[in-house]
Amino acid sequence: MGVTSSTTKEPTALKRIPHDLAVALDPEELDAHDRQWTPLKILIWSVISLLGGLSWVMLAVVRGETVNAIWFVFAAICTYLIGYRFYSKFIEKHIVRPDDRRATPAEYKADGKDFASTDRRVLFGHHFAAIAGAGPLVGPVLAAQLGYLPGTIWIIVGVVLAGAVQDYLILHFSMRRGGRSLGQMARDELGVIGGTAALIATLVIMVIIVAILALVVTNALAESPWGVFSVGMTIPIALFMGCYLRFFRPGKITEISIIGFVLLIAAIVGGGMVNGTEWGQTYLLLDKVTIAWGIIIYGFIAAILPVWLLLAPRDYLSTFMKIGTIGMLAVAIVIIRPEINVPAVSGFATSGTGPVVAGTLFPFLFVTIACGALSGFHALIASGTTPKLIQKERQTRFIGYGGMLMESLVAIMALVAALSIDRGIYFAMNASPALTGGTVQGAVAFVNGLGLTGVNLTPNMLTDMATNVGEESIVSRTGGAPTLAVGLSHIMQQLVGGTSMMSFWYHFAIMFEALFILTAVDAGTRVARFMLQDSLGNFFPKFKNTSWRPGAWAATAIMVAAWGAVLLMGVTDPLGGINTLFPLFGIANQLLAAIALAVCMAIVAKRGLFKYLWVVALPLGFASVVTISASFLKIFSTTPGIGYFAQNRAFANALAAGETSFGTAPNVLAMEAVVRNTMVQGVLSIIFVVLSIIVIVTAIQATVRAYRQRSNATSEDDAVQSQTYAPAGFIMTPPEKVLQAEWDARPAEKKIKVKGH
Amino acid sequence: MTLWAGVRTGARGVAWYLKGLLGEDAYEKYVAHHAASCETDAAGLDRAPHPLLTEREFWRDQTDRQDKNPQGRCC
Repeated sequence: MGVTSSTTKEPTALKRIPHDLAVALDPEELDAHDRQWTPLKILIWSVISLLGGLSWVMLAVVRGETVNAIWFVFAAICTYLIGYRFYSKFIEKHIVRPDDRRATPAEYKADGKDFASTDRRVLFGHHFAAIAGAGPLVGPVLAAQLGYLPGTIWIIVGVVLAGAVQDYLILHFSMRRGGRSLGQMARDELGVIGGTAALIATLVIMVIIVAILALVVTNALAESPWGVFSVGMTIPIALFMGCYLRFFRPGKITEISIIGFVLLIAAIVGGGMVNGTEWGQTYLLLDKVTIAWGIIIYGFIAAILPVWLLLAPRDYLSTFMKIGTIGMLAVAIVIIRPEINVPAVSGFATSGTGPVVAGTLFPFLFVTIACGALSGFHALIASGTTPKLIQKERQTRFIGYGGMLMESLVAIMALVAALSIDRGIYFAMNASPALTGGTVQGAVAFVNGLGLTGVNLTPNMLTDMATNVGEESIVSRTGGAPTLAVGLSHIMQQLVGGTSMMSFWYHFAIMFEALFILTAVDAGTRVARFMLQDSLGNFFPKFKNTSWRPGAWAATAIMVAAWGAVLLMGVTDPLGGINTLFPLFGIANQLLAAIALAVCMAIVAKRGLFKYLWVVALPLGFASVVTISASFLKIFSTTPGIGYFAQNRAFANALAAGETSFGTAPNVLAMEAVVRNTMVQGVLSIIFVVLSIIVIVTAIQATVRAYRQRSNATSEDDAVQSQTYAPAGFIMTPPEKVLQAEWDARPAEKKIKVKGH
Repeated sequence: MTLWAGVRTGARGVAWYLKGLLGEDAYEKYVAHHAASCETDAAGLDRAPHPLLTEREFWRDQTDRQDKNPQGRCC
């Protein structure tokens, strides 16, 4: 059985009924069911459309004093439902064309381990947990400075037309190719040059993303004994869980996860006690540089330790916390329905002088919010584990498209949480220390000086909030995570515990974000190490052997040094760190999306589906325009706040003129740091944009070639007859129920029909 | 169905989902796969190309494979 060589392209005769039961529904019957509009169906979709339309009107047209958060949730969910029911169906019908008669890799490559059929609902949760991390929580918070509307529209419309399309297509294409990775598909479709550029881009992007995630954690833990203690405690907790699973009770994952969760809560409560003690204040009140070094050392050790000891157990905790907290936040937002007192579009959208992230709405909104609307990183997940676990081809729509819609909803909730806090506090928290001086007085003067209508910050507001959340200060706590934590605690305390519980909820949120950022740092370093070893192996064959310890350690050290350097650069940057580095993160992520979509376009073109090429060309064109123009602004802009090289020149000139302080840099050392940092950031921007242009150009070449040749080729694995059946979506449709009942009614001895190796 | 039975069915459903999500059912799935692939071998159960791993061996093998084939987490 299994995969045959792909030289023969004779289609195998697939049967809908290979034995006594059908493995797929009749396509005509499916189509008929979709087209049959019963009065009830019409009523349901009318209600969804009307509610969605009303919500959009409330958000975009009605201009009251405030807007209720519930409209964000309704606008999002109704639009997702319509996009899922109509647009993803359209893509399924015309581009994806799934065929349930074909076995998926989980069936024809089944090994009971890496390739194993997984229930669609479980796999949905699995895939969601793998794609949703800190990104959708951080980006929307930073973009809130532009007002509530731009971010909301981009998150909701972007996911339906771009993000979910990318995830769905990559997942399906990878599944049709036995679970091949994005890099391999790029090589197959775009040739050696395009493939190599995609590979290098992926590696560099991985480094940037890990560095900036680490920067977010660093900013959240600096000057916070409570945070350092509770997040630090996750390490011994994970080690304990790892040993428990390895030596005492292997496989009892739910049990140990619950124990771990209880210990986590204890660590958060314990952090509150430690915060009040003298030794806590003496030993755990750490500055950013110390924390950054701690994370670098931790990152190296974590990446060379065996997976069972630290990564796997923390991953269980992280999944547990992720699903739980997101569910909790959703319930809280629906019950509390916070009023949002933020303009729809702020002046920063056009002036580009916002203190949180520099730049005008176009293109910087679209790189600030990457995850939640369109995230290239998902292409790595959708061509990783998930395609090897899918039961039936038609499930890719639910898992790929649907999973991304869920992430988008998380982004909307993060946006709501950030918008629900006072706008003055928001800017005091998110303006860099260079602007606020890091003091309450400085922050008040700076924020009130911004001239925002309705914003009147007082020192008491900042000190009271700091006391409520159990922090020394909330001034200039950039990075998005502390703001989200304040927003979450502000909403949750109205539901449970009141003001006295705010500090618990705040640190709960910090813990929740730190957990999966640390997992992402660890896992990202490992993946990058393997990619590096694979590339180095072409020159020094010994590196190909990944179990060769010195090689593994050297490659890990190189990758940690790479992201560590960017992290330290961000931490010590006199200009603030997040506001200069975050655009790089967004640009990197969107460029990866452009690469993934370019691969999709080449595949769709090769199959001769030119009539529907626009489905891919639209998001690809948008992502390309946004990221290339953002990169060009970062490289060529003459405004020092935006262009890296303009900033570089300004500081270099000041140094040459013998000045001892310039802009926000108080001394010569800081000025030299700015010159160095902006040069590195500028060069990185150039590398990104050049690599992506190469990939996009090779994809266009492949598309044109396919058009000229009237191509109908495919690089898919050969079709294998499926022997099993499973429904496609979360809820079974009536025809699916009938067939499922037939399968359930089979005698027990006939139930297993899988062939051997 | 009484209320109590409903609660029990619901709780069982949640437990099943959680187990699946965290991957606790991996060994069961492996054993089922192993049994199915042996079934074609009429002479006996232990003739499969690989002998059945014990639960402890399976989980060790599982994390060792993750060591060799790391998977990224998203941002």
